[in-house]
Amino acid sequence: MEVKGQLNNVSAPAEHLLEERIKIKPANKAAIVIGLTLTVLSLLTVYAFYSFDYKEFDMTEALIATFANLKVIFLEPHLEHFSFGHALYQVLVTLGLAFLTTLFGAVVAVFFGLLAAENLSSKRVSMIIKGMVAFIRAVPTVLWVLIFAVAAGLGSTAAVIGMTFHSIGYLIKAYSESFEELDRGVIEALQASGANWWQIVFQAVIPSSITYMISWTFLRFEINFAVAVAMGAAAGAGGIGYDMFMASSFYLDMREIGAITYFILAVAIILELFAIRIKNKLKAA
Amino acid sequence: MQADIFAKKQRNTLVFLVLLGSVTFLAMIMTDYNAVKGITSVPKAVQWGLANFYPTAESLEKLPAILEKLQETLLVSIAATTVAAVFALLFAILGSNTTRVNAFFGAITRGIAAVFRNIDVAAWALILLFSFGQSSLTGYFALFFGSFGFLTRAFTETIDEVSGGSVEALKATGAGYFSIIFQSVIPSCISPLISWILFMIETNIRSATLIGLLTGSGIGFTFNLYYKSLNYDIASLVVVVIIAAILCIEYVSNYVRRVIL
Repeated sequence: MEVKGQLNNVSAPAEHLLEERIKIKPANKAAIVIGLTLTVLSLLTVYAFYSFDYKEFDMTEALIATFANLKVIFLEPHLEHFSFGHALYQVLVTLGLAFLTTLFGAVVAVFFGLLAAENLSSKRVSMIIKGMVAFIRAVPTVLWVLIFAVAAGLGSTAAVIGMTFHSIGYLIKAYSESFEELDRGVIEALQASGANWWQIVFQAVIPSSITYMISWTFLRFEINFAVAVAMGAAAGAGGIGYDMFMASSFYLDMREIGAITYFILAVAIILELFAIRIKNKLKAA
Repeated sequence: MQADIFAKKQRNTLVFLVLLGSVTFLAMIMTDYNAVKGITSVPKAVQWGLANFYPTAESLEKLPAILEKLQETLLVSIAATTVAAVFALLFAILGSNTTRVNAFFGAITRGIAAVFRNIDVAAWALILLFSFGQSSLTGYFALFFGSFGFLTRAFTETIDEVSGGSVEALKATGAGYFSIIFQSVIPSCISPLISWILFMIETNIRSATLIGLLTGSGIGFTFNLYYKSLNYDIASLVVVVIIAAILCIEYVSNYVRRVIL
């Protein structure tokens, strides 16, 4: 079937040439949709600016104040309510939250990712799991955390479970897509030699997609660090995010916010450099 | 020899597992995570959700107010993304290896984008809370900064990937810098760029809920209000509305992607 499609494609431009000149700006469906998307987005943006509730404050004044604040935050960082060591420890707590959620998420997601890959399970099971993943991903992480907080109490346990939920959804999607890229022939060859499902999974599927899985998992770890900061601020998960929330909402201490921001920035940049290195290493291997 | 390889492999796996286990254990102690409570809370949460967390007929009265907040949140997310995309495109062109003016500018633009990207939107929201207070502008600027950093990275990579050859070809014909950008780079990248913009809008709507919680605006604030006052039926209605909105937008952007890519 694919060959037939290709043949049609080959003959189409030839006929096209005979009938008319090559169109320099083809008004095909893709171009129309691109134009339409850009127009709709710009119109919505204009409408959004029109409809914002500016609460009668002077934009220029607010912007100048913001720049002054940003200057204080980034040029005069200072820890007021806790020590450098404490901040470092809180960063580690946040990293710990990110690590736990990524690990739990990855373990569960490998299993469900296998079931969600169409070439390894039935179409029906795959559809059901993919539907559930879409649902899990549609609910923002913070809402998952708050929903679990009712059952487990507000704190790190609810935060880890809620964040894990979202990680599972994300990683199932990533894993199953990389499983599905596996050549059909490999699975058929193993089936023909009498290998069972688990043998196919462990000898062919996982070894061939392990590089993708590692880089997706690390990417999720990076995301989970940012999410853990946010959950510390919004859902009482602890860690550096909570200190930042206190500095911003209770102490109103801009210098402390600056110092905390530098901590977060440093960790995030280290993680990003690490991710790039992993990616390059995997590419080379 | 063969046996050695397998023994070594097994030893490596063992070392890896032990390391993973101890880091996990350490992380559990540090974060004060209770594994038993964590696992048992899942069925408990499901049970509770089935018993309490669904919209009732009374809560539907609040639907117009919720939809109004949802519209505000959606508009903030879209406006932040589009404006950020314009700036990001400019920075990406200056920062990309194929189209940069010179290496110095390239490094600076990449550095600026890295700073904006690596400060999370929630952190931006807390920083901006000082100047803009509890209004949708705080959320707008937080999303704008975060999107700007992320989109600059995505756009830079897209330009690097897509337009290497055509830029070289046009340079060889003696085309000027701006004609190269407008005739080759932007037309050949426009589909993946739109795909990234749509992805960013989806992400921003999720983040907007969180930012709303932190800054007291939009749909996140509405959820928090009913959640904290234990009006779980209305809170669940808010969640349903958010899910519906996100699935709709995902559907539309998947359609656009299918057509343009």
